[in-house]
Amino acid sequence: MTEIHEKVEKKLRDSFSSSIREVSHFRDELTFLIEKDALLDVLRFLKDDPEFTYVFLTDLTATDWPDREERHEVVYQLYSFDSHTYVRIKVRAKQGEKVASATAIWDVANPFEREVYDLFGVEFEGHPNLTRILTPEGFEGFPLRKDYPLTYEVPQFTHSVDDPPEVIK
Amino acid sequence: MGPQHPATHGVLRLQLDLDGETVIKAQPIIGYLHTGIEKTAESKHYSKAIPLTDRMDYLSPMSNNLGYCLAVEKLLGIEIPEKAQWARVCLAELTRLNSHLVWVGTHALDIGAMSMMLYAFREREKILGIYELVSGQRMMSTYFRIGGLALDLPPNFDERVREILDLLPSRISEYEDLLTENPIWRNRTIGVAKISPEEALSCGLTGPLLRSCGIKHDLRKTNPYSSYEKFDFDIPTNDGCDVFARYVVKMEEMRQSLRIIRQALDGMPSGDYRAHAPGVVLPPKEKVLSEMESLIFHFKIITEGIHPPVGEVYQGIESPKGEIGFYIVSDGSPYPYRMRVRPPSFVHVGALDKMCQGGLVADVIAAIGSIDIILGEVDR
Repeated sequence: MTEIHEKVEKKLRDSFSSSIREVSHFRDELTFLIEKDALLDVLRFLKDDPEFTYVFLTDLTATDWPDREERHEVVYQLYSFDSHTYVRIKVRAKQGEKVASATAIWDVANPFEREVYDLFGVEFEGHPNLTRILTPEGFEGFPLRKDYPLTYEVPQFTHSVDDPPEVIK
Repeated sequence: MGPQHPATHGVLRLQLDLDGETVIKAQPIIGYLHTGIEKTAESKHYSKAIPLTDRMDYLSPMSNNLGYCLAVEKLLGIEIPEKAQWARVCLAELTRLNSHLVWVGTHALDIGAMSMMLYAFREREKILGIYELVSGQRMMSTYFRIGGLALDLPPNFDERVREILDLLPSRISEYEDLLTENPIWRNRTIGVAKISPEEALSCGLTGPLLRSCGIKHDLRKTNPYSSYEKFDFDIPTNDGCDVFARYVVKMEEMRQSLRIIRQALDGMPSGDYRAHAPGVVLPPKEKVLSEMESLIFHFKIITEGIHPPVGEVYQGIESPKGEIGFYIVSDGSPYPYRMRVRPPSFVHVGALDKMCQGGLVADVIAAIGSIDIILGEVDR
């Protein structure tokens, strides 16, 4: 584990002790699983702290765990140009629960969150334009969820929005 | 504008709000090429997802392969032999040349310099020839494997690459003679589609786009992978923040790539081209045919796949377009639980609105060309 990761872990544990659920180290990567409510505070803290400067949101994505009570896991990869290290922040949400939007901190969160909404159905609170981005208008379901089948295809393209296609099952 | 527009480099659609000729808002509408690569990868063995990565950014297949293989290798925790690493560097830099050549050709074509495209594609043919030489394929090479390379480098590889090394420096100078001082080119690019360094960071720009905003960041230097730390090269930057700055940075990057390739050829180590990791990496074919144990490993890897430890890794590399990252979650089964691609093009499309606001319609074309997007990667 690198020195900077040790510092990040210590300082985050001091500042957000009640919000941190789990810290894991795997292959020199540092991952925090935190409470959903503290998300924006933690992201801002890591971004603004002069010692860490995780100013760059490299990636924002999600994973789907249908067996868990909180099925959605939203993953943030932050990068620091000073220490050249990544930190991963994860939050979990139940189906239907909203996650705070990071669009106020980074513009790049806008397309990323739309993508997560499109493919996983996670809603972000405070997003200015949360609409589908990759799948066509009127698409049903969320393709990257584990219970979305790989083997059948819904006819997607119709000539009328008022007359949506019938889903073949 | 679009999706069937020759200057959108594929099927990008832009919803432009105009006031006369001035752009008020440019909303990109994407997804026409969405093929669900991330979903497909979840139902494939780790090694079988490599060909999918070629098909995202089809101008830089080797870089995509490299990013994915490095991510899986990180997950598995295996060491790659030096020869394979150096060969990967050499081919990844050839890929950068390939991608930048197509970029300079098509971008100049969009702005009206038609002859550029013919020249750039002429040189690109030579690089595709190298792809064909090593893998048998000109575009979808799928040459890298988890643990090394698919095959050893062919004997005339060195000679063929050196032909390119001797040819390209003068050709790059020719391109610059055609463009850099060309008044039409300068008028169409200088001060066009500007984005400030702060906005660039907020929009998540990486690669040449970020470096053309004066931010010296390159994952090959800062987070070296595949033994890039052993190579001597410079990171070109420019403070222009506009289309011209991106052009200057990319042209210089091509020269730096040539430097790296030359070093890789000169110092190419001998040895294995694939790691020795029984049960994870396929054993050499001659051993499979002569040793029982190797045959068993071969059979098990092909039929069952590999079983990486439970965990998650993120590996970002400097692809020609920017940072391409692979986030892989493993649940211990032979199939990735989740394979996420962080595509640079997807992020860069999101910044188009900021670049185009206040400009003219004709500048939108210059902006699209300068961000160098591949729609296959935007939509995946």
